[in-house]
Amino acid sequence: MNDTDAVNITLSFTINGSEVTVDVPMSDRLLDVLRDRLGLTGTKEGCGEGECGACTVLLDGRPVNSCLVPCFQVQGRDVRTIESVDRATLSPLHESGATQCGACTPGVVMTSRWIGEDRSVLRGRTLRELMSGNLCRCTGYDGIIEGVRRTLDEEGED
Amino acid sequence: MEVLQPTNLDDALAILADRGETVTPIAGGTDLLVAWHEQRRWEGTFLDLSRLGELSEVRLTDDALHIGGMATYWDVAADRAVAEAFPLLEQAARQVGSIQIQMRGTWAGNIANASPAADGVLALLAYGATVILASQQGTCEVPLDRYYHGYKQTARMPNQIITAIRVPRRTYDVELFEKVGSRAALTISKVGMAVTHNEQTGWVVAANSVAPFVCRCPALEKLLTDGCTVRSPDDLLPAVDSDTRPIDDVRSTARYRRIVLSRIIYFGLRDAAPGFE
Repeated sequence: MNDTDAVNITLSFTINGSEVTVDVPMSDRLLDVLRDRLGLTGTKEGCGEGECGACTVLLDGRPVNSCLVPCFQVQGRDVRTIESVDRATLSPLHESGATQCGACTPGVVMTSRWIGEDRSVLRGRTLRELMSGNLCRCTGYDGIIEGVRRTLDEEGED
Repeated sequence: MEVLQPTNLDDALAILADRGETVTPIAGGTDLLVAWHEQRRWEGTFLDLSRLGELSEVRLTDDALHIGGMATYWDVAADRAVAEAFPLLEQAARQVGSIQIQMRGTWAGNIANASPAADGVLALLAYGATVILASQQGTCEVPLDRYYHGYKQTARMPNQIITAIRVPRRTYDVELFEKVGSRAALTISKVGMAVTHNEQTGWVVAANSVAPFVCRCPALEKLLTDGCTVRSPDDLLPAVDSDTRPIDDVRSTARYRRIVLSRIIYFGLRDAAPGFE
C-alpha cells in the first residue's frame, strides 16, 4: 500500500500450502501482500482497522484480521486464505442464507474453518461468540450461524 | 521506516539500550496498526517482538500466574486451568475484542499502550498484578497500580520492555468484572469495573474509562472496608467523584460514566458487600 516510503523486505512464507517469496514494501499489511502482490483478492478489506473481520485469514491456523498484521511478522509462517477452501464445502452456507452481498463471506468461512479444524475451541463458548468478530450487514446472522453449524455437522465430529 | 527483528531477548535489550528513545516496540499490532491504512508515509523504527519466543509462555504455579510479554488474550482465556483460577482474566479477554483480536492482542501490549479503556489492565489490577520490566541493567517488578502516572505516562523507561506480568494466586470470596459498552461484543468500554475481595488483601476496586489511566478507587475501597451503609447507587457517588475524573468524549459523557459506575458497583456488590442494602 505505502509505496511512497519504498523500504522493501523480502518475505518468504507459506500461502495456501505453497512456499512463496515476494519483495514488498515494509509498511505493507498482510492484507496488502495478499491482494496487491499475490493477486489473492478473495480476502476483502472492510474497515481496515480490525473491527469487521472481512479480511480474516488463518495465520498458523488461527483466525486473524489481516489488516492488523504487519507483513514483516509473516516471515516463515503459514497463511491460509479463502482461496484454499474447497468450494464443495460451502453449500451449507449458501443454503442457509449465510451470504448475500458476499463482502463478509470469505472472513466468515475462514473463522468457521478454524472452528471446524479444532472443535475444542467450542468448549465453554457458543458458535455465535466465536463468530462475533465477523460482521455482516445483510443477513442478520441467523443464517450465518445456521450455515456454520450445518457445515460442522456435515463434517462430523472429529 | 525501519523494522528491527531480534530473535532473542538479549539482542532486543541491546537495541533498546542503544536507541530506545526512538524505537517503538510492536507485539500483536492490534493498537498500532489501527491507523496504518490511513497513514500515507511511515517513518520511525519498530522493534518487532514477535520473534522472541521466550516471551510467549503462560505458566500457572501454586503461587502465581506468569503471563509472558508476548502471550495473547487467547493464550490465557483458552487455558482452562488459568481461566478457572482467574475468572476475571477470562472475562476481560472474552470482551476485549473479537476472536481475531484475542488471537493477536497481548496482555503486555494492553499495559504498554496505556489506554484509559484497557480491559486487560482492569482485570489485572483487581488481581494485584505486577509488571516485570527488563533492560540491560537488569529486571525490576512494578506493581500495576503504580505503573501509570498520567495519560499515556508509564513507568517503562525507553530502554525497557515488559517481559512478563505476574499475577499472585489467591482465593477470593468476591470477583466481579463488568464492562459497559455500546454493544455486547467488539466494543471499547464506556465504563468498566473490576472488584476483588480476599481476607488478606481486602477490597480492591479498579475502574476504566473514567480517568486518564485505568485506576484503583481508594475511596470506594475504604467505603467497602469500613462497611459503610449504602442504600442506593447514589450513596456511592461521593466516593466515585473522589476516585475518578471522567470526561466527555466520542464514546460517552462524564455524567453517564459517573452514574453508571455507581450503579454497576452497587448492583454488582449488593449481595456481597457489608453495609450494602
